[in-house]
Amino acid sequence: MNDRTQNGVSVRLENVAFSYGEARFVFDAEFRAGAITAVMGASGSGKSTLLNLVAGFESPQAGRVRIGGEDVTALPASMRPVSMVFQENNLFAHLSVEANVGLGRSPSLRLAAQDRERVEAALARTGLAGKGKRLPRELSGGERQRVALARVLVRERPVLLLDEPFASLGPALRDDMLDLVARLQAERCMTVLFVTHQPDDARRIADHVVFIEGGKVAASGAAAGFFADDGPDVFRRYAGTNGRESRHVARKPT
Amino acid sequence: MTRPGAPADIRIFAGLAALAFIAVLVCGALAGLAVEGAGDLSGALSAFDPYLLRVARFTLWQAALSTLLSVLPALFLARALSRHPVFPGRGFILQLFAVPLALPAIVVALGVLALLGRAGFMADALGKLAGGTWPGIYGLSGILVAHVFFNLPLAARLFLEALQTVPSDQWRLASQLGMGARAGFRLIEWPALRQALPGVAGLVFMLCVTSFTIVLTLGGGPAASTLEVAIYQALRFDFDPARAVALTLLQIGLTVLVVSVLAWLGANTSGDANLQVAPPRRYLAAGGAETAINAGLIVLALAFVAGPMVAIVAAGLQADLGRLAGEAAVQRAAATSIVLAFVSAFISALLSLALVAARRALSSRRRGGRKRLFEHAVETGAGFVLVVPPIVIGAGWFLVLRHFGDLFAVAPAMVAAVNAVMAMPFAVRAVRPAYDAASERHDLLCAQLGVSGWNRFTLIDWPVLRRPLATAFAFAMALSLGDLGVIALFGSDSVQTLPYLLLARMGSYRTQDAAGLALLLGLVCLALVLAADRLGRERRT
Repeated sequence: MNDRTQNGVSVRLENVAFSYGEARFVFDAEFRAGAITAVMGASGSGKSTLLNLVAGFESPQAGRVRIGGEDVTALPASMRPVSMVFQENNLFAHLSVEANVGLGRSPSLRLAAQDRERVEAALARTGLAGKGKRLPRELSGGERQRVALARVLVRERPVLLLDEPFASLGPALRDDMLDLVARLQAERCMTVLFVTHQPDDARRIADHVVFIEGGKVAASGAAAGFFADDGPDVFRRYAGTNGRESRHVARKPT
Repeated sequence: MTRPGAPADIRIFAGLAALAFIAVLVCGALAGLAVEGAGDLSGALSAFDPYLLRVARFTLWQAALSTLLSVLPALFLARALSRHPVFPGRGFILQLFAVPLALPAIVVALGVLALLGRAGFMADALGKLAGGTWPGIYGLSGILVAHVFFNLPLAARLFLEALQTVPSDQWRLASQLGMGARAGFRLIEWPALRQALPGVAGLVFMLCVTSFTIVLTLGGGPAASTLEVAIYQALRFDFDPARAVALTLLQIGLTVLVVSVLAWLGANTSGDANLQVAPPRRYLAAGGAETAINAGLIVLALAFVAGPMVAIVAAGLQADLGRLAGEAAVQRAAATSIVLAFVSAFISALLSLALVAARRALSSRRRGGRKRLFEHAVETGAGFVLVVPPIVIGAGWFLVLRHFGDLFAVAPAMVAAVNAVMAMPFAVRAVRPAYDAASERHDLLCAQLGVSGWNRFTLIDWPVLRRPLATAFAFAMALSLGDLGVIALFGSDSVQTLPYLLLARMGSYRTQDAAGLALLLGLVCLALVLAADRLGRERRT
């Protein structure tokens, strides 16, 4: 475990097949250990599905999910070495901030003194010191996501999945949160999969980018190369950085 | 959500258990009827005689008349109320219109008799008007008055709700174009009302076809008997099982027909108007003559609805309430009623929660594919009682159980079980939106954190669901407390509920006692429904 947290664990999807209604997905990808990978793609391309498969909220019809080399395909979500932060509904509205974080230590909320200390420390680390007794509705949107991150800290799982958790925050606040994620990741050497629509977000903290289209990984690579003018075609078409001139023409008033 | 390696979902087992309970209750009754019918086939067939056809015809006839007399005035009443969105007492009138639904039928029957009966408050005035002695209101006219008392306010509230869905832009436009009252009705109000009409009329018709207590207490004889009352009489008085079987089959056929027509019309069979007391602003001012007509309409309706209520209170206060409260029989009946209603409400809330949870579990497991039969069953399970009315279930079990020992000893179990199932359509509607919303928010998070089973119920679900569950509970309790259906079949001197005692006192012409009991029963039921309503409302804010 100690070894893991120092070097991180890799996440690997081996020909993982899944279908939802009409949509079919086949993912074959490896996510680098101890790095932040941005997962990008159009709405409905399968980004969230990919994260759900890693987290264990969905079970694949074929293929294997490996985390740190271990086959976790048959493990229930709560047994996987994974924490996930959603876009919303990360907190139970009727439980205090402390209790919400404490659930990460014990699902029956029976917390030992040591657990409480960890919760306290995690709240301080995420800038929520002194707000443990509050209810989620007394917090701002950004603070709520900080509570979710505090819970990630107390759970101490080596993989962190972020499903557009900051999409509803303003630009400045979003940058703060991204930087916090980057710091926490560096401290714990977590392997982070980060779904986002914003190339800026990815550029800010991601080491790698995986681009999903049509239910499979269409392109992947280091972030630096991805956003350059000679990045993958499929991504440039999506981001709208392809052929600036033609866009310019289209925008001309007619 | 399918979770690899997760233990099989307990919610689905709960749903299965709830369905099994309902199925045993309904199928046991149907099996009892089938065996009885098969055992005496010629008897059952020969029971389809002119009397039975007359009863069936009367059942439909009184329901049709009641519907017409409730729905038609309700259209104009709703329009009048919507034309005058602000006047003193408007909010009070709307709340008053919600009261009849909360009152037990036997209480209302008593109120109608206290007002319009031979010795009623209005008897003298009506006698002078008729030129002679007032014969009292019994038979068809009594049934109609009581049915209209229940359904006119209900229909008016539903129509008013329909009128309030008209966007205020349309009213602004109408006022800009200078539309008069007539044009406004034809072009704006009528289209909204017409859309609601089939559903409302269907609902009222359904309620009147299956009306038991009103017809039993106000029908006053074989000339004005419906199928449900005839079933009761065949079992309790004539003891003619063959006839009971024939009547029951006819009743089921009729309700299946009505429910399918209702489903086809898209009616909301639990009839509940989500009225905002503060209506949207209206831009069409009513003229002087119209205002006078509307005011007249509203006052008339108010008098009609308030009359029996006032009579219940006035007659009840004339009774010797102190003596009544001290009477051992009354105390015993009250205790029996409360215990049975409590058990019944508990079962109802539990069954509803199980069905709602199983439905949710199945629909999230299905992931956009087609529904399976089981999911359909879980979804509509609460509605079985609409097709197979309580009296029919009671009749079936009555026929089965008479072969096994003391029929009246099983009365408590029968009453609690049937009333629980009867309240389920309402209970499910109170619980389901809250459950689905909570599940939507919490399922993934709980799966991830490993919060499941008892932990999940106490930490996560109970705090969110206790209000809607309390609403369901209070409503089911009120319904069960005031019900005179199964207990009419199974009641005896040893097992009496308050409504049963009330019926007995009415039967032995101890009218004052009956009035006193009715007042008590009415107040308790009203308090419970108000509590249910309040619990449900606060959750939403």
